[in-house]
Amino acid sequence: MADVVARDIRIPARSGQLSLHKFARRKSTIAFLMALPLIAIIACLVIYPAFYSIHLASLNKSMTKFVGFGNFEFLFRRNTFWMVVEQSLLFAITAVIFKAVVGFIVAHFVHNLPSQGQRKWRGMLLIPWVIPPAMSTLAWLWLFDPSYSAFNWVFTHLGIPQVAWLGNPYWARFCVILVNIWVGSPFFMIMYLAALKSVPEQLHEAAAIDGANWFQKIWYINLPMMRNIIQITALFSLIVTFANFDIVKILTNGGPVDQTHVFATWAFTLAIWGNDIPLGASVSLFMAPILAIAAFFILRNVRRRGNEA
Amino acid sequence: MAQVALRNIVKMFDRTPAVQGIDLDISDREFIVLVGPSGCGKSTTLRMIAGLEEATSGEIYIGDQLVNDVPPKDRDIAMVFQNYALYPHMTVFENMSFGLRLKKFPKPEIRERVQAAARILDITNLLDRRPKQLSGGQRQRVAMGRAIVRNPKVFLFDEPLSNLDAKLRVQMRTEIKKIHQTVTTTTVYVTHDQVEAMTLADRVVIMNGGRIDQIGSPHEVYHKPRTQFVAGFIGSPTMNFLPCRLVENGAGLTVRLSDWLALPVPPSREARYRPRVGQEMIFGLRPEHIREGRGDMPPGSAAFDARLDVVEPMGMETMVYFIVDGVEVCGRVDPAAAGNVGESMRLVADLNQMHLIDPRTEVVI
Repeated sequence: MADVVARDIRIPARSGQLSLHKFARRKSTIAFLMALPLIAIIACLVIYPAFYSIHLASLNKSMTKFVGFGNFEFLFRRNTFWMVVEQSLLFAITAVIFKAVVGFIVAHFVHNLPSQGQRKWRGMLLIPWVIPPAMSTLAWLWLFDPSYSAFNWVFTHLGIPQVAWLGNPYWARFCVILVNIWVGSPFFMIMYLAALKSVPEQLHEAAAIDGANWFQKIWYINLPMMRNIIQITALFSLIVTFANFDIVKILTNGGPVDQTHVFATWAFTLAIWGNDIPLGASVSLFMAPILAIAAFFILRNVRRRGNEA
Repeated sequence: MAQVALRNIVKMFDRTPAVQGIDLDISDREFIVLVGPSGCGKSTTLRMIAGLEEATSGEIYIGDQLVNDVPPKDRDIAMVFQNYALYPHMTVFENMSFGLRLKKFPKPEIRERVQAAARILDITNLLDRRPKQLSGGQRQRVAMGRAIVRNPKVFLFDEPLSNLDAKLRVQMRTEIKKIHQTVTTTTVYVTHDQVEAMTLADRVVIMNGGRIDQIGSPHEVYHKPRTQFVAGFIGSPTMNFLPCRLVENGAGLTVRLSDWLALPVPPSREARYRPRVGQEMIFGLRPEHIREGRGDMPPGSAAFDARLDVVEPMGMETMVYFIVDGVEVCGRVDPAAAGNVGESMRLVADLNQMHLIDPRTEVVI
């Protein structure tokens, strides 16, 4: 690709001028024209709303006056905002770490199953990820229900005191994270399983002969070989988890007392229930810079290793 | 340093037998080559010695220890794989020192050992590189270095030269031989290339269909093959096999190959072959024992004329092919003496080197 570009630059420099015919026949022009429909779609569906939300965030509540950074200044002074920042980070980071750990362990178990049974298990383990979360979360809502909770029923029979799953702020945070892990782990599992399959079996054999036990094989062979996939999957999941809406919305609706709100649900609450669309837009805009910083650091490592491998 | 012993080893994959009861004694410091066509069970045997496959039955001893239930890491062996199996995320130094680091050797000793091995293999300047940055031959050296630094009881090589180009393969073959002369460790080497087997081995083990056909020195398996398979497998181009009938001819014996070709059995073989008179047999003679006819005729050889079907000049010698009763026969002659295709050429068969094979048992008599 690089030398195509280089050649394209050199031709007009030599001839001094560029005819329309030549311009139309250039590879880069054709490539651009072919990508144009996609660029148009992205522009309509991503860039336009992004700029529109920036525009919205700079208006007053009735959307009649430009207030500049007024909405942001208002947000910074509110404790709820900082609580949402904290909860969003806690929610996303904890959930991603646990999803990665659970996915990694389950992927190893599935990988070591005999190949006949493996497909069946892989299919079954993907179910939580395949069911629409809006539906599966409803099932979880039932499991956590104050009166009909299946968990509490078991606890009662075991003589353990009952838990107010969604009523207590700490347990409510635990619950939303737990459900998110349940929904998201299969994605990690399938990505890690694919990465594991690409680790040549002979490396394990060589390591076995070199004296490695099962843990050392995972630590010194699998982990380094899977590092890029682990990081990219974690980044991807971090973005999706950070922007999560459905699980929190259905399970706790941000409660009790806004303690489980994440950016998306709080923005929705402010904008739609609170009838303050500019303020909601300001909240949702906060996700972008935080995720950009995370993406920068993670992808920088991936690119550096891509060169050395 | 240790000897290796296999006692009636059987390996089944599901219900398919891969190795069917082999016995093998390898002495201390010996270089043994397991050779045979693909699927003959040679790699499986090696992997069982390594502990990467479990023997279905039988006993494997390394030193005096029964190792059937000992995991690979505790067998004190080192293995070089066909595709090297270097850890791609580690440098050459880290690759070579991996086993020592796992065994918690002190750092100065690790450095010393890796340096020493790198000097033997001439890769001291590559220690900071990663496998991706190395050529095939260099990777091969690193893989051997990883084995040498461990100073194990036994070296196992699984077709280590198959991924190299022809020229490099010859060069590395010589290097392996040299290294074995320096680091005299018991070595088991698997290959499908009979030239590698002949050049490297103290003793060659020829396997066929999960069994051992013959164990012997390179000289032995070449000159005294036990079966038709061994006779055909060792040597290139392969031995000529022709159906024949052993007939009495006055006081002596004659091998009748066709209406126009009958060769006299040398007197030294007569006693051995006499019980087979009148039987259908297979006559075996290597191409190098069919030469051009010169003035002198050494005892035990016989001259005949043949119409050449194909002539293949190889440089230092020329292969000539002729047909005997529908079977193509190859001879190896001096390029200057080779005739042209379609012409008749005088050839001499050295019958002191002939073999007679029983077609039912495929055993050489």
